Amino acid sequence: MIRIDEATVVLGIESSCDETAAAVVMGGNDVLSSVVATQIEQHARYGGVVPEIASRAHVEAMTPVIRKAIADAGVGFERIDAVAATVGPGLVGALLVGVAAAKSIALALNKPFVGVNHLEAHLYAALLDDQHVEFPMLVVLVSGGNTLLVNMESHGRYSIVGQTIDDAAGEAFDKVARYLGLGHPGGPAIDREAKLGNARAIEFPRAMLHDGFDVSFSGLKTAVVNYVRKHPAVSTQDVAASFQTAVVDVLVAKSMKAAQHIGAKTIALGGGVAANSLLREKMTAVCAQAGWRLVLPSMAMCTDNAAMIASAGWYRLLQDGPSDLSMGAMPNLKLTDRTN
Amino acid sequence: MIILGIDTATDAVSVALHDGESVLAHSEIRSDRQHAEALIPMIDFVCKQASIQLWDVGGIAVDIGPGLFTGMRVGIASAQAIAHVIDVPIIPVTSLDILSAAVQTHCEVIASVIDARRGEVYWALYRVIDGKLKQVGAPQIGSAESCAVDVLDRGQSTLLVGTGAVKYETEFRDRLAPVLPIVEFADDKHSMPLASTLVEIAHERALRGEWVQADNVAPMYLRAPDAEINWATRSTQ
Ligand SMILES: [Zn+2]
Repeated sequence: MIRIDEATVVLGIESSCDETAAAVVMGGNDVLSSVVATQIEQHARYGGVVPEIASRAHVEAMTPVIRKAIADAGVGFERIDAVAATVGPGLVGALLVGVAAAKSIALALNKPFVGVNHLEAHLYAALLDDQHVEFPMLVVLVSGGNTLLVNMESHGRYSIVGQTIDDAAGEAFDKVARYLGLGHPGGPAIDREAKLGNARAIEFPRAMLHDGFDVSFSGLKTAVVNYVRKHPAVSTQDVAASFQTAVVDVLVAKSMKAAQHIGAKTIALGGGVAANSLLREKMTAVCAQAGWRLVLPSMAMCTDNAAMIASAGWYRLLQDGPSDLSMGAMPNLKLTDRTN
Repeated sequence: MIILGIDTATDAVSVALHDGESVLAHSEIRSDRQHAEALIPMIDFVCKQASIQLWDVGGIAVDIGPGLFTGMRVGIASAQAIAHVIDVPIIPVTSLDILSAAVQTHCEVIASVIDARRGEVYWALYRVIDGKLKQVGAPQIGSAESCAVDVLDRGQSTLLVGTGAVKYETEFRDRLAPVLPIVEFADDKHSMPLASTLVEIAHERALRGEWVQADNVAPMYLRAPDAEINWATRSTQ
């Protein structure tokens, strides 16, 4: 059993979707290196991530990405104390490439392997830059696959306060962007267009704004489609701006409500949508006004990366110890599921 | 030099160690899609069986397919990762080569045929010359019928081996037996490539210096992803 402390160096590997990533992180939050090879271009013409293409690209990129992460960190393999990899949720064929590589490295180094829940890692992304958090912390995890309001009671202890009942926030961005012909991925495209548009031009619905902690985005997406159909001459920038504001209004309102409900001491954002400039801006303003402490991940740590995997792996090792080398991929893993 | 062999290109998962003279240890299971779960513990197991450390390994041999995409990738990613850490090169071997090397025959030709699903097979033909095998042409994918036509083109006595030969045995027999002098089918136990054969092949290739750096090992898919095929079809219409 190894000691897990501030000097423990974890190699993290991520391959759950369309980024092949490796990172070296010391003590859970000191990022020595973080390398991400994105496949966005390989999937662009298909309008979404194609699992078989993703798996193939992961095999191609994995060794060079790990090689670069080790080199960038300025350490050798002998300095690695443990190897962490995303075991789920994600595309099973894609996950298996990273899991196989990570377990192999762990075996060759005779060091522990730890399987990491990708969603849990997103919660830790915010803490890479700011570890002075006080629990309970409300983590707003918003990505292409998830929209979760999480009560993080302590390290490794989560409960879900609210979530989307249909589309994830990032999914809504992607679908609307595709409909508006802005391409994939939709988040950055909408963000860019919205800056040039009038956010008050169109009053889109804010579903379920006042009841409970759950959110819904599918009605909003339909409203956008119907509106554009009825007003074909409308400015795409105005639609993007009005849509984005509707999403952000809902997320901010629900987050505040959830934070009050759990008596949060800190609020953190995570996931690809946490890179949205309006969401960051409004959350910052609202938190400042209400006196909440807000932790924002750096832009690079919002999207999928392996530094957050290594970090979550470090905490996982500290609490539960290593995973078995017979661990496989868990494509349908939920945040509250245990991996070990 | 000790070579570690990894084969996960079909439903069988197998691992073997070879020291240049003989197989030191080997382990094999029918995995039922548990390649990733089974493989690493098996590598650990054979090393312990042979009382060696992974650092004692001087090269890694891996089955690069064609076969099950997910299985191939697990094997290749693992081989690359280990090779990278212990800083040794890789000997990539196709599943078809491994199948042909595992059988003994008096036939003039061996046809390695692996089930590729969707009514297709992967295959390659090998001429048997003085007990040595020489691959004729490149590995291919197509219907069992097109494989049979390829075999018929040579017109020689043929042994068929592999999961594809098992699956389409009746079709092959009906098509080939009336024309060829001899048509044989390998024993079922040879229908999947195994690491114990892989390491034998790899040892010979190692002597000839047929190494590849870990980063340059690529799976042999022979079939493009569906999305790419559909895209190409759509854009030519
Ligand atoms: Zn993610």
